[in-house]
Amino acid sequence: MKTFKIGGIHPQENKLSTSMRIENVPIPEQVIIPLDQHIGAPSTPFVEVGDKVKVGQLIGKATGFMSANTHSSVSGTVSRIDTYIDSFGYKKPAIYINVEGDEWLEGIDTSNKLLYNCTLSSKEIIQKINDAGIVGLGGACFPTHIKLCPPSNCKIDTLIINAVECEPYLTHNHQLMIEKGEEIIVGVNILMKALEVEKAIIGIEENKANAIEYLKKITLSNKNIEVVTLKTKYPQGGEKQLIQACTNREVKSGALPASVGVVVQNVATVYAVYEAVQLNKPLIEVFVTISGPELLHPGNFKMRIGTLLSDALKMAGGMPENTKKIIGGGPMMGRAFLTTDIPATKRSSGLLLLPEKQAKRLEPSTCIRCGKCVYACPMGLEPFLLGRLSELQIWDKLEESHVTDCIECGSCMFTCPSHRPILDYVRMGKSEVMSIIISRATK
Amino acid sequence: MNSIILSLIVLGCIGLISALILYYVLAKFKVDENPYIDEVEALLPGANCGGCGFAGCRNFAEKCVSSESMDSLFCPVGKDETMQSIAQLLGKSAPTEEPKIAVVRCQGSCDVRPRTNIYDGVTSCKIANTLYIGESGCPNGCLGYGDCEFSCPFDSIHIDIKTNLPVVDEDLCTACGKCVVACPRDIIQIRRKGPKNRRIYVSCINQEKGGIARKSCEVACIGCSKCLKECAFEAITITNNLAYIDDSKCRLCKKCVDVCPTKAIITANFPIKQVKQEDENV
Repeated sequence: MKTFKIGGIHPQENKLSTSMRIENVPIPEQVIIPLDQHIGAPSTPFVEVGDKVKVGQLIGKATGFMSANTHSSVSGTVSRIDTYIDSFGYKKPAIYINVEGDEWLEGIDTSNKLLYNCTLSSKEIIQKINDAGIVGLGGACFPTHIKLCPPSNCKIDTLIINAVECEPYLTHNHQLMIEKGEEIIVGVNILMKALEVEKAIIGIEENKANAIEYLKKITLSNKNIEVVTLKTKYPQGGEKQLIQACTNREVKSGALPASVGVVVQNVATVYAVYEAVQLNKPLIEVFVTISGPELLHPGNFKMRIGTLLSDALKMAGGMPENTKKIIGGGPMMGRAFLTTDIPATKRSSGLLLLPEKQAKRLEPSTCIRCGKCVYACPMGLEPFLLGRLSELQIWDKLEESHVTDCIECGSCMFTCPSHRPILDYVRMGKSEVMSIIISRATK
Repeated sequence: MNSIILSLIVLGCIGLISALILYYVLAKFKVDENPYIDEVEALLPGANCGGCGFAGCRNFAEKCVSSESMDSLFCPVGKDETMQSIAQLLGKSAPTEEPKIAVVRCQGSCDVRPRTNIYDGVTSCKIANTLYIGESGCPNGCLGYGDCEFSCPFDSIHIDIKTNLPVVDEDLCTACGKCVVACPRDIIQIRRKGPKNRRIYVSCINQEKGGIARKSCEVACIGCSKCLKECAFEAITITNNLAYIDDSKCRLCKKCVDVCPTKAIITANFPIKQVKQEDENV
């Protein structure tokens, strides 16, 4: 069975919400729609206080090249254009909308009919994706239309769909494939058309057997789409790891996947692309897993952007009493949240409530040079060295040691027998080195 | 016998040629260095702290010798004394500069700034600041993990265990500015030490609106502008709900200190009020 070659770990899967049907979280009375739901510049407000908006209406316009549009997820009146407190306690720009009914913008297809045929050209598809404000839903929130316009010197021949979902606990992508498989395949065809490629590979880990079976069944007639079963190993969902696992090509240090002729898209992004191109529906809904060992009803939820995560948590049985840590995203790469009273954004992928036993960080001791982190690192780096170098703030050595290749997967910290906070240091060093490189380039 | 003489001759020749090459290189690439540079360097403290804005003491000495005026050059560690002796040596004039000191602009100890969560990550302000707001609700408040303490080359700033805030040792602080760079939240500022070491400053940098600032910390500046109205010397300005006292205009009258409703304006080294004397009189 295929998998990536170097490093990787096997954390407990804990997929508690497997095969739980995706539930709709009811629309609240007020939504808070952040304007910085993507990498790059926040979008600029396109409405004014008091304006009436409909579902799917543009309320934030992309500013500059690296940005994305923001749309209203509800119908109602704009009550405030202000800041909101994000999950880490900092202030971020947002638009507040008071909900009145559920009136959709004309042109959006709200019937549940599957539309197979797409007659648009590549350029038109990319324009539609750009207009719909679609970003990579795998976590990084990179605007999708930029990814679909690779540099002109790269010849793209393969599209890879990331359906790995290697993070423990998370299951919403798995459930999405089972419930919306046909739509996803149409989405894959649309993306192939946009990229003008003949081949697409859907990479799924073996622990999602029913999804593999289902997708294989519906792609039988389509020879261009191949469903590849991958051996379960973390972090297979990393872009470079997935490319190696599926095509055996290696992306060089610092290079883009396009340099080996590949574009990778997350499976949830593909579904959003289907909705945008076929139904004219912008990205206004996200899929979220809410899970935790003590939670009453862990499950998969579909939320309008701007709905509070605590609303979905109520449906999952409410916050368990002994919760010590709230994590946004998966346990490996997610970050601790201060509260659950924050709006769902394009970044939201999971909400994890951990009791003290799992949440506790053990006291770090000295590095014993066992080399486990080197063995586990999927990028072939030396995490113990990178951690130490950034602790001592030796930025030039850190740059030489390729700290910028780190994908922040946390495998080093997971495997460390001394419980050293390697990733915390490496992440700090990486951002410092990145800013040094950028300031050098602008000089 | 022959071979001994031959090897002597060969080695001798090699030695001679090498000596000639070395002599030529020395003459050709000789660097004429101003002898004053060494002398100036000897006068400098030699801490290589970078407080002057140059890479180290030698770099600063070179600049002192090469530049025409010494107006923009100042060694915060050696202070006026060193600068005057350098000026004397070089026959230039150095402007006198008032002594300065680092001040910590946060008073949010645990009892006035409630902690809302527990941080169990790496004890580094820089890392914690990139992760989230911190253990309290104040986005500008001191995190208390001691990046300033580690950065200080003079061992003059320490985290107080009781308040979890940094305290500057006035005798040791040289105002080199390393802690200012190390603090990810710009809490530490270099200010004038003031006459008799007395100074008044706003010990808060929270720019939230009054209510929000007060909610997260009892001693936060709420931007009420009471001090602004009280000040007779126009030393106080308020921008973004935060008062700032210009140390070049402040005459240390202490009127603002008394009117501040949250006690965010603090004084240093003023004699304690006559309460004690009254007690003695009684």
